[in-house]
Amino acid sequence: MHIHRYEKYWLTFGFLAIVTFIVFMFVTAFSHGHHPAGGTEVIDPTKVDQTPPFDKPGVVKTGDNEYDVYIVAMAFGYNPAKIQVPAGAKIRFHVTTRDVIHSFSIPGTNVNMEILPGHVSTREHTFKEPGQYLVICNEYCGAGHHMMKMDIEVLDNADGK
Amino acid sequence: MRTASKDKQLAFAFIFAAFLFFFIGTICGLLQGLVRGGVMELPNWLNYYKVLTTHGVSLALLFTTYFIYGFLFAGIHRTMGEMSAKVRATGWIGFWMMLAGTLLAVAMVSSDKATVLYTFYAPLKASPYFYIGLACFVVGSWVSGIAMIAHYANWKKQHPKQTSPLFGYMTVATILLWIIACLGVAATVLLQLIPWSFGIIDKINILLSRTLFWYFGHPLVYFWLLPAYMYWYISIPKIIGGKIFSDSLARMTFVMFLLFSIPVGFHHQLVEPGIAESWKFMQVILTLMVVIPSLITAFSMFATFESSGRSKGAQGLFGWWKKLPYRDVRFLAPFLGMLFFIPAGIGGIINASYQLDEIVHNTLWVAGHFHITVGAAVAMSFFGIAYWLVPYLTGRTFTKTMNKLGNLQVILWAVGMFVMSTSMHAVGLAGAPRRTAYSTYGDHPIALDWFQGIVANQLYLPIGALFLFLSSMLMVYLFCYLAFLAPRAAVNNEVEFPLSEPEHKETTPAILENWKVWVGICFVLVLLAYGVPIHDMIQHAPPGSPGYKTW
Repeated sequence: MHIHRYEKYWLTFGFLAIVTFIVFMFVTAFSHGHHPAGGTEVIDPTKVDQTPPFDKPGVVKTGDNEYDVYIVAMAFGYNPAKIQVPAGAKIRFHVTTRDVIHSFSIPGTNVNMEILPGHVSTREHTFKEPGQYLVICNEYCGAGHHMMKMDIEVLDNADGK
Repeated sequence: MRTASKDKQLAFAFIFAAFLFFFIGTICGLLQGLVRGGVMELPNWLNYYKVLTTHGVSLALLFTTYFIYGFLFAGIHRTMGEMSAKVRATGWIGFWMMLAGTLLAVAMVSSDKATVLYTFYAPLKASPYFYIGLACFVVGSWVSGIAMIAHYANWKKQHPKQTSPLFGYMTVATILLWIIACLGVAATVLLQLIPWSFGIIDKINILLSRTLFWYFGHPLVYFWLLPAYMYWYISIPKIIGGKIFSDSLARMTFVMFLLFSIPVGFHHQLVEPGIAESWKFMQVILTLMVVIPSLITAFSMFATFESSGRSKGAQGLFGWWKKLPYRDVRFLAPFLGMLFFIPAGIGGIINASYQLDEIVHNTLWVAGHFHITVGAAVAMSFFGIAYWLVPYLTGRTFTKTMNKLGNLQVILWAVGMFVMSTSMHAVGLAGAPRRTAYSTYGDHPIALDWFQGIVANQLYLPIGALFLFLSSMLMVYLFCYLAFLAPRAAVNNEVEFPLSEPEHKETTPAILENWKVWVGICFVLVLLAYGVPIHDMIQHAPPGSPGYKTW
């Protein structure tokens, strides 16, 4: 098969570019731990309200400057609808849904998870700046989809007071 | 309608259906743009998400699929001769099945029993007749597709040891891609959604249904793109007075699309639970491989432009740029589409990248990306095709005035697309969600900010949508004119089906035409990419979900 010389240059360039991208992704993913949101924990989607820790959703302090946050998504809102966390702390979000698919997305951050019934989505995030953050659902979930939101207030001292 | 051939009638039926749904879909598009920009509110009986479902289904599924089938039937008739009565009848059976399925699904959507968007993610539970309609549409498309493959097989039998016409070859690759991809959506619709929506089973495995959907969902976009590429490879060189740069490489490109566009669905599921990181990563690698055949296509196009320009006496490094026939809508439309496809391709690489997806996933960025791939590169190539294909099929003429109006139509489209999609990308980066009605989230400062940028401003959505709407109404008018009103062509003055010659007469390696090998490799790749994760999804499934109607 005849391949033109210029075409060979172009293909080599393209192929090397893709390989470079992949190497970068591989290094940041598997040696620096930059994975997108995920999680392998499962839950009965019809019994979310009776299953700990989602029976009492909210913020739990787990370490010196570390918090676990448990949130239940539903049509059309989140429980709790508002939380307070300190800036600079390591926050671990655990989110599940008790009905359809939702998302848990905080504009301006990399927190952007799909929330599937039966699964718990997890992601770690540190808010560097204090302020009012908005959480929205960006996966269509029904007639009130565009109303679905919650608020995160990020406080500026480490004790969260 | 007078047509010389029964094959042309079949092709025309598909094209007619395509423009019918184009008409419906673009009206919905205008309404959406107006609502999303906060310009108007819809009455309660016509809610935003119903309009969105109709827009998505009409344009992304129906317009594209019907148009593609019309184009492919016309092309295989032109390049491989009259179809046998049996093949033609099979083509018609497929057409009627698709239409019956479509009407059933449309009836369910418009009676508010299926406001589930065109991705119909469970556990949103639509009427079972919506899923049956979809299944009927897909199976009908298989029947028609098999008719095309049979026509190709007949040609091969009559022309032993000859290389098939490039159009026939690419048709087979496209149809194989479609049939293999649809196996996923057929599995979830037939085995999961229909029994569940009838209440025969009461719970459903959500992650599995999403995975089967996206196994189909990504190759679906290549099913839209490949016929546009066929036009670029096969017809455009002829229109600009050049030749196909390399016939073999064009064939290899299509084989690579067949192999690399199917085992990649996880890159749509990068930010969801239940799939191990290593499997997500592996599919990201396979996804990026699709860049290679797209780069070959880009190279071939510009190589053809340059060599045809030089043969017309162009001087200097970029002199050939001035020799292109910009006033010919058959060229202008796909050419503008190609220009859109450059940022679209880059955006695609960003979406598919393992960590970058997190920033843009399900934001308006994705809607912007979608509109410059399918809505610009593909749709504009289809417009370019329609302007000669419709009169070619109906035996009418394509006049200079029509050509001018056609240029106006594609320019309006390009302006609208540019304004709307640029803003969608920018607002998406600022976090605005896709598939969401107008909302300021209780006047939250972050949401209000989406209406204040110079580039990133949701107010550009209705402005772009208005341009697109004007363009689409002009397109519909021109379609009707070319199909039913334009003067009939004299025998020696018929509109041609542009087909180019390859630049070098060369023998094509026989392996390229050995479909058993390629389909075999394709299945091995699918098994590698999906075997273990799907096994896990079934073995470690959470208790299933009941259905919900939340609209």
